[in-house]
This record gives sequence, structure tokens and C-alpha cells, in this order.
Amino acid sequence: MSNATSAPTNAAALPEGWEMVVGLEVHVELDTATKLFSGSPNRFGDDPNTHIDPVTLGLPGALPVLNRKAVELAIRLGLALNCTVQSCTFHRKNYFYPDLPKAYQISQYDQPLNVDGFLMLPGDVRIGVERAHLEEDTGKSTHFGGSSGRIHGSDYSLVDFNRAGVPLVEIVSRPDIRTSDQARQYVNELRSILVAIGASDAKMEEGSMRVDVNVSVRRPGEPFGTRCEIKNVNSVRAVGRAIDYEARRQIQEIESGGTIRQETRHWDDAEGRTHTLRAKEDADDYRYFLEPDLVLLDPDREWVESIRTSLPVLPAARRAALAALVGIDKESEAAYVLVERGQDDYVAEVVRAGGEAGRAVVYVQQAFAEEGAKPRVPAADISALTVLERDGKVTATQAKTILAEIVLNGGGDAATIAKDKGFEALDTSAVESMVDAAIAAQPDAWAKYCNGEEKAMGALVGAVMKTSQGKADGKVVTAILQARRSK
Amino acid sequence: MALECTAKFSTTLSSLMRVENARIDDVVVAKVARLARLDLTPDELARMTEQLSGMLEHFRDIDKLDLADVAPMPQPLPLKNVFREDVVVPSLDRDEVLANAPAAEDKRFRVPPTIGFTE
Repeated sequence: MSNATSAPTNAAALPEGWEMVVGLEVHVELDTATKLFSGSPNRFGDDPNTHIDPVTLGLPGALPVLNRKAVELAIRLGLALNCTVQSCTFHRKNYFYPDLPKAYQISQYDQPLNVDGFLMLPGDVRIGVERAHLEEDTGKSTHFGGSSGRIHGSDYSLVDFNRAGVPLVEIVSRPDIRTSDQARQYVNELRSILVAIGASDAKMEEGSMRVDVNVSVRRPGEPFGTRCEIKNVNSVRAVGRAIDYEARRQIQEIESGGTIRQETRHWDDAEGRTHTLRAKEDADDYRYFLEPDLVLLDPDREWVESIRTSLPVLPAARRAALAALVGIDKESEAAYVLVERGQDDYVAEVVRAGGEAGRAVVYVQQAFAEEGAKPRVPAADISALTVLERDGKVTATQAKTILAEIVLNGGGDAATIAKDKGFEALDTSAVESMVDAAIAAQPDAWAKYCNGEEKAMGALVGAVMKTSQGKADGKVVTAILQARRSK
Repeated sequence: MALECTAKFSTTLSSLMRVENARIDDVVVAKVARLARLDLTPDELARMTEQLSGMLEHFRDIDKLDLADVAPMPQPLPLKNVFREDVVVPSLDRDEVLANAPAAEDKRFRVPPTIGFTE
């Protein structure tokens, strides 16, 4: 559950007087039943070369026909990223790797489907989305022989074309990202959106979401520096680490009198560094030209608007709604976690059932990490427990025990469980006499506490807890101690 | 060879055409040949340069026309939005396909090592 609020990277700040400029290219596989241009299944993890057909294999005479569902999902994605959906064309991107047997990839070039969108990050940071275009995925090559197991020096490769032709959308951000944290937030937010709109399962570990990072450095206010593209960044954490490493490498290079070459670099996660892969080919080396086998894609306004209407409420709006309902910060960890799990509706149900909002958030976040959007415990049961605790009928510790019991049994009446466990709230006068006994037994601690040593209170509270066998409410005990001291 | 070369070169013409006043000389042709993995003899290089220059000259005739009011035509066919539905159709039989491959191993296509890229 990594998110905007997850553990920060250990990135020290960049050297004084430098800033990084980062843009991300994210490839996502669309959640269709079939490939982009043919009817073979789009499914991960099956036996090699079981999803192949004349189009996938580039057999002579085979013609691609565009998958309507893939276009619809790509438009959904574009609209969710605030893009303009436009009339567009397909191009051939020519190259000679064996992972696409046609010797070209069908992609979009100067007229992509989605343009000019944006995505919001915490703190109202707006990251531009330059384009989000459709293209086909490549097959999977595995290299054998040689010493390294990598392509360089390998003896031969084996190719599986199951993935070749799977629909992809490439989402290209503008170079608006200035810190590795923002980059990680961008990837997380993008993933949440993709899952929410049903466009992709967006699993970096399975490769259905892949991130390439463009990094350059400059002194603030100066023009952009020369950028390097980093590949093989396979987790959100790696995105942050690779960016921090690469920015520092470039600064060091420049400060020691060198220059940055535009190139593609490979992130080595184990070593925590990047290596030169190849000098960047300029765009014309791919010899893009219009795909003659496909016609214009010109989504009509009615279709686009019906897709827009069918979009669900997006994660940012759901976090804001939850935050407003329960009185937390919309950028708090609780808001991210609950919306990511889809449990924000459940929290709302607990509150609507009369539950106390703050405790509802805490309970749901703590108790249902393993459950999906709809925990099997009736919301009313959680609601009743929050009220019991709010009204001082049970202590926080007791409430935790009751919650565990409710979760274990898939529901239960909090009051009944409290009674069965003997969790009767002590009346205040009983607690007061226990407090007085504790003060009498530990005069040193009391004296220190009266002298303003707040830590000394712990021993007194602990003594009361022991006497009451945990039934006293810690907050009540504290309140009594404070009242006694200020007398 | 000449015919095959012309066919492969023609695929790159459109990208070259985008460059204003593009002039085909033997340097450009050699670069395109390298990108297309074609190994041209000096004679072939000279012939290709001449033929491709001739083709470009032809397009210069079009450049002389005033076409400001003519929208670019991405496709000569009077069609747009041709789709198929997202329905699975049976895939080809793997054994049959691999039997036609130059080399196969462990259910996959076996190909020579490729230089200059990594996954």
C-alpha cells in the first residue's frame, strides 16, 4: 500500500543551486479480452505462443483491424486525465528487434488520440499530460548464452509473441515534475485512476504498467539541460531511487567539468545505479510513416460524451468527499488508504448509521486491510462500537478487543460483547479513588509530575491501569491527574 | 535486389518528405540503407540516389501548387472508424506455426542474438 504518504525516500536534497526536471512515460496494458488489431486473447501468464494469429505474426496478407473496446478504454483514460480526445491516425515505427515480427510497431505519432491533459498531485501540484496514445505491445524475448544472461554477448534469444499486439496506452507527462516524491505520487495517482476507471489492472510487478523516466538537471531559471532516459524501473520505489541517483550523477558530471550526453540508461536496482545502454536514437531513425492498413480514427462527439458520462468518481474526488464527511485532511494517509481500498463508501455507511466519524476512519483502516471494498461486517456493528467508545462505556483498549471479535465473527453487537467480556466502564468515582491510591503509593512520581515532568505521569497512569485490570479509560485517568495537579 | 531496395526505401520517403527542401544525396541514402539494414554496393548506392532524387523531384511539382485550402489526406480510402468487436477468435496452432519457423525451441521462436538493445 504505497502512496503519496508512504515512507519518503532517503533522498538527501540535491546540492545547493540545482533542480531536477523529470518527465515520465508510462505504458499501460489495457484490460481488453483481445489484442489491439486481432482476436487473439490478451491474457498474461499463459503458455508461450498460444495467443498468436496471422496479424500478430506479421504473416503476408494479414490486415490489422482496430479493437473498439481498446479505443473506448483509451478514451476513458484520456478523459480521466483531462485530455482532449481528437481525430487521430496510426503510424508505423520501424525497427528490427525480433520482439515484433513485422519489423515495425503500430503506434501513433503526430496525431495521437488524447492530448493536453493534466493530473493533480498533493499540494495542488499540477503535472501536465502531453499525450496519451494507443500502440501495440511487443513480444517477450529471453536471452540465452553468453556470460551475463543479458542481450549483450548472448548466443541466441527465444521469443514468445503472446504479448505482441496487446493494446497499450503510452502516457507522456510534461517535464513538470521537480522531485522524486512527486514522481512517485504521479505514478501512484495514475495507477489509482487506471484501476478506478477499469482501463487496466496497472500492476508494475506483472508489467501491465511500465515506467520510463526522463531526467535532466539545471540551475533554477535556466533552460532545460540534456536529458537521459532511464529504463528498467520496475517499482514505484525504484522510480524514486533511480531519479535521485540519476540527478546526482548528472550534477556531479557537470560540476566536474563534464557534459551530459543524451542517452538511454539502465537502472540496476540491486546496485542502486544507472548504466549507459545506448545513445538515444533521434525520432527519425524510426522512420515513422502513416500505417496504410488502418483508416482514420475519428471518435464522434456523442461517443466521447457517453464515455465521459460513464466515468466513475475519480480517486481525488473520493478522497475529498471522504475527508469532508469525516473531518480529515484529503491528503492524509487515511484518505489515500481508504479510497485505494475502495472502503470510503463503507466508512460513509458507518457514519450514516450514526457512528462517530473519527473512530470510524481508524477502525476501518485498522481492521479491514485484508478485505476488499465491502467488508463483510455490517456497518451498523462498527457504528455501534464507535458510539460505545465515544460515550465512555468502554475504553480504547477494550474497544480494540471488541473490534477484533467483531471482525473475527463477521459482525456482532458491541454492547453484548462488552458485557460478555466484563468490559463495564468504571464509574468516575471508582477511577478517582484509584488515582488517589496511586498518588499515595508513589509520592516521588507525583512530586515530579507536579513539578512539570510530564513523563512522570506514566507511572501513575500505569498503576491505575494495573489496579483496574485495564478497565479504566486512560484518557479519563489523565484528565483526573491533570485536575488534581491544577488544584 | 533493386526492386526490393526501392520498396524498402519508399517506406521512408514520407518521413524524408517532411523536411523542407529535402535533398537526396548519397549520405542520406547511406543512412537510410543502414537503418533498413541494407548492404548496398557503391553502384547500388549511386543508382538509388539517382532514382530517389527523381521521385522527390516529382513531389516538387506538387509543391508548386497552392494547396492552402486542401486538408491533409492521411488515407486515400473514404473510410473512418473501422472497428472489430473485442471478441476472442481461436489462435493458430503453435506446433504448426513453429514448424514453419526457421528455428524453434521450448515452445518459442529461436532467433539470432540482437545487438544494440536490451529489454
